[in-house]
Amino acid sequence: MSYQFNEFHWANDIKAGQYLQPATLAEALDMLASFGGKARVIAGGTDLVPSLRQRHLEVEALVDVSRLPGMDGIARQGEVVSLGGGVTHAQAASSPVVAEAAGLLAAGAGSVGSPQIRNVGTLAGNLIAGQPAADTSLPLLALDAWVTIASPQGQREEPLNGFFLGKGRTKLDPGREIMTGIHFKALGQGRGGSYQRLAKRKAMTLPMLVAAVVAGVDPGRKVFTGAAIALGPVAPTPLRAAQAEALLAGAPVSAESVAAAVEKASEESSPRDSCLRGSCDYRREMVKVFVRRGLADALAQAGCPLD
Amino acid sequence: MSNLEITFVLNGERVKVVTAPDALLVDLLRDTLGLTGTKVGCREGECGACTVLLDGKPVNSCLLPAVKAAGRSVTTIEGLAAADGTLHPLQEAFTEEGAAQCGFCTPGMILNAKALLDANPHPQEGEIRQALSGVLCRCTGYGKIVAAVKTASQSRK
Ligand code: FES
Ligand code: FES
Repeated sequence: MSYQFNEFHWANDIKAGQYLQPATLAEALDMLASFGGKARVIAGGTDLVPSLRQRHLEVEALVDVSRLPGMDGIARQGEVVSLGGGVTHAQAASSPVVAEAAGLLAAGAGSVGSPQIRNVGTLAGNLIAGQPAADTSLPLLALDAWVTIASPQGQREEPLNGFFLGKGRTKLDPGREIMTGIHFKALGQGRGGSYQRLAKRKAMTLPMLVAAVVAGVDPGRKVFTGAAIALGPVAPTPLRAAQAEALLAGAPVSAESVAAAVEKASEESSPRDSCLRGSCDYRREMVKVFVRRGLADALAQAGCPLD
Repeated sequence: MSNLEITFVLNGERVKVVTAPDALLVDLLRDTLGLTGTKVGCREGECGACTVLLDGKPVNSCLLPAVKAAGRSVTTIEGLAAADGTLHPLQEAFTEEGAAQCGFCTPGMILNAKALLDANPHPQEGEIRQALSGVLCRCTGYGKIVAAVKTASQSRK
């Protein structure tokens, strides 16, 4: 009996007829357009290469945007922090600007994959992959981040809330458009955040659950001015627990308010039963634990801890 | 297929090679350039056996299109020993501590450890474990590998 080497999916290697390296954004968009959707943007490639290898995706050309000018910066202007479309997880995890403005994002970026993955994988790629448990998508969603997208029609902005359409699908067309920036308002006085992650190991593993939480408070009156709770993987897309958030808006900062929101967030979650990531029932219970911890942590950071 | 000619610095020497547009760096290194010290365990970014240093930072060469090496510097395990064969302190320490069994993970372990020690010459144990967290070893149980990295960090004063 002969042994079929080709049975291993990794014996199929990636196929792309051309590897293009545009020097400018305009050139990159033209290149994409010339393939009519059959080319694909590549930045780090840590998501794209495995999906090409497993034939989840077939392309005629790869357009490498990682060396386009202005893609790798992290800057803060007033309240707004902007990350270029080529910023890697390692950059975000170690950036003092990100650590100060959004510790939850630094924590999420530091949880992605392994050091080797973080050195090349990008935050923009994590968003575009549209996976429900993405370690940087969830904190960005909780931060009410928005992204800039370059397309043949020009530049536009999209809020992340509403950006995710379904598993692996977003409002960005990865065969025609390029994410050039990610922006969010810095946390600070009266606004705190937290990143809570449940996983079986400390590295090289997708999370069983992530709760990324931002709480806004009026410390004088001890009321919530707003809250954002992003959860995954509890639905086909990264989820904002909108009903739980609505319960908190204007509510007093108290154990009762938090308990009500925690119950609601658990009701809004519908994780799948998974032999790797735990049963639906278990993870719904864990949503309560992690949202409670996340809110407590975010409140403490906002200068208005729960008593 | 439109092949591309790329130039990069490989283990300190400039190389010019022609690569397929969709070749991965690991295959260019192993098959075209004959440097088989870089291993392939999974081809999925999970095991870290294929780790090389790109501009000094560890990356999985099984996920990296070869074209991305253009204009940059790549270090593989073959680039660690001196020209006269003197081993790198990490290689010495791995030998001394018996930190390799089958040896398949060793190039990845040593390259990740090198990137760590280059940036942080005297790391804590937690930092060592963190730096090695992207490489799987199916033989040793990791204890001796961590000990070897510690030994190497102490041998550099
Ligand atoms: S072969 Fe590259 S990570 Fe396993
Ligand atoms: S020594 Fe065999 S895998 Fe590590």
